[in-house]
Amino acid sequence: MSTFLAITLSGLALGAVYFLVAAGLSLIYGLMDVLNFAHGVFLTLGGYAGWAMATRLPGALPRTAAGFLLTTAAAILGGALVAAATELLLIRPLYGRPVAQILVTIGLDLALTGLLLGAFGSDSRAIPVPAWLTGVTVLGGERAPNGDFVALGGGLLVLAALTWFLRRTRYGIIIRAGAENRAMVRALGIDVGRAFTVVFTIGGATAGLAGLLNSVVFNSALIDPTQGDQLLIFAFIVVVIGGLGSLAGSAVAALLVGLVQVYVGFYAGSGSGLAQLGNVSVVLVLAVVLLIRPRGLLGATA
Amino acid sequence: MTRPAGPGVALGLTGLRASIGGSRILHGVDLTVPEGGVTALIGRNGAGKTSTLRAAIGLLPATGTVRMLGADVSGWPTHRIIRRGVGYVPEDREVFAGLTVRENLRLAETGGDPRYAEVYRLFPELRERAGQRAGTLSGGQQQMLAIGRVLLHGKQLLLIDEPTKGLAPRYVTEVVRALERAAEAATILLVEQNVHVVRRLARQVVVLDRGQAVYAGDVADLDDAGLVRRLLGVSGAA
Repeated sequence: MSTFLAITLSGLALGAVYFLVAAGLSLIYGLMDVLNFAHGVFLTLGGYAGWAMATRLPGALPRTAAGFLLTTAAAILGGALVAAATELLLIRPLYGRPVAQILVTIGLDLALTGLLLGAFGSDSRAIPVPAWLTGVTVLGGERAPNGDFVALGGGLLVLAALTWFLRRTRYGIIIRAGAENRAMVRALGIDVGRAFTVVFTIGGATAGLAGLLNSVVFNSALIDPTQGDQLLIFAFIVVVIGGLGSLAGSAVAALLVGLVQVYVGFYAGSGSGLAQLGNVSVVLVLAVVLLIRPRGLLGATA
Repeated sequence: MTRPAGPGVALGLTGLRASIGGSRILHGVDLTVPEGGVTALIGRNGAGKTSTLRAAIGLLPATGTVRMLGADVSGWPTHRIIRRGVGYVPEDREVFAGLTVRENLRLAETGGDPRYAEVYRLFPELRERAGQRAGTLSGGQQQMLAIGRVLLHGKQLLLIDEPTKGLAPRYVTEVVRALERAAEAATILLVEQNVHVVRRLARQVVVLDRGQAVYAGDVADLDDAGLVRRLLGVSGAA
């Protein structure tokens, strides 16, 4: 396997994590018009929920595949629960007040991040995971991190599951219809508020999974209180490039951003003292896409 | 708390007031729709017909009293009103363009035993185009879908807003036939500009003008050209 393929795999894995974060953001905005700035802390809390589970599992269990599945389930559940509570307690009373929603989600993000810093300090915590997860597989002479395959697989699995959910289930149809015309969904006798809670919960679940996978794959299985905010910025860029409210757009944009970031970071940034060039390139991609397609790659046309 | 509506009354509005963008649209609408048959709600453009329907089901915030199917539903959320047995076909159809015909109908399933056979018997084209995106249907086909959605369950009261607006003559005929069939089992409040359609379907008419109900009577009253000209500003034969 050439270096190019190894870098490509890394970019795809990074894109998969971005997709997991962006999918929830995009669904939430698409149905509810809510720009959720607390999404980053859902991700962080998911990671900590995974850490809490893994550190409480007995003996060597957290370092087995079964243990990692339990850790993953805890991360997903942690993200989902905090998201559901946020929607029910903070967002629901503020429907129709977008500025208030933005302010409350920013405030929630700051407050929960502060709580995490207070509880755990700024030092990273290690999540016990199976050794193979942080190991490498040698393919054609190149070392491919196993975590990249796991992140990519997780992203594809979630994309398939969300696509099935949106296409095949009644709630999925309600969510797609609600993104088009909420009033008419209500006029068919459907309680859109319940769909809002479902969407928020799904977004929190995928964010929780992203929090765990990001720690495991890109942060040596370490979690810290600010990791969500760092990812959130790129997730917002992905959502805007893909088109607000478009799940497929988010998937395409996430892979694009992940690949551009690692290609530029590796080929142009490494050794040149411009370590942030990969990040800068993502912003340039955003600017170019917005100039050519202001509604994003797959965003709805006016 | 609910209060029973008057006997034989499907819909009663009292002092319904509503505004859009700071402008008062409804200035205290009082009207009664008796159970059974079709009552036409007519009036000039901008008289408040569409706003009256939307305010009645809570899509437009309003004050006043709305009694529907035996209950005071004033202030209820829209979905709860609809689930009492009310169907709403909006002006301009408002089908979900990104969803298929089948998905649009599935969305309207709010209880057990949806009557797809009845809907497909009235509108065979919907069955043929079940997998087609609603946004690619013609205006007439979209109207069939919009009406099909409310006929999927045995609704007791249908609020139907300009169902023949902008349709080709063949679709007008199909829509009118479907509404005749629907009126056998449900009460219909019909907003309609086409006087021929009103004459064919309705038993009663209510005329709105500048956000108030100014006349209520038998559909035969539309034969009085002077009255029609005074109330609607058009010829009764139009």
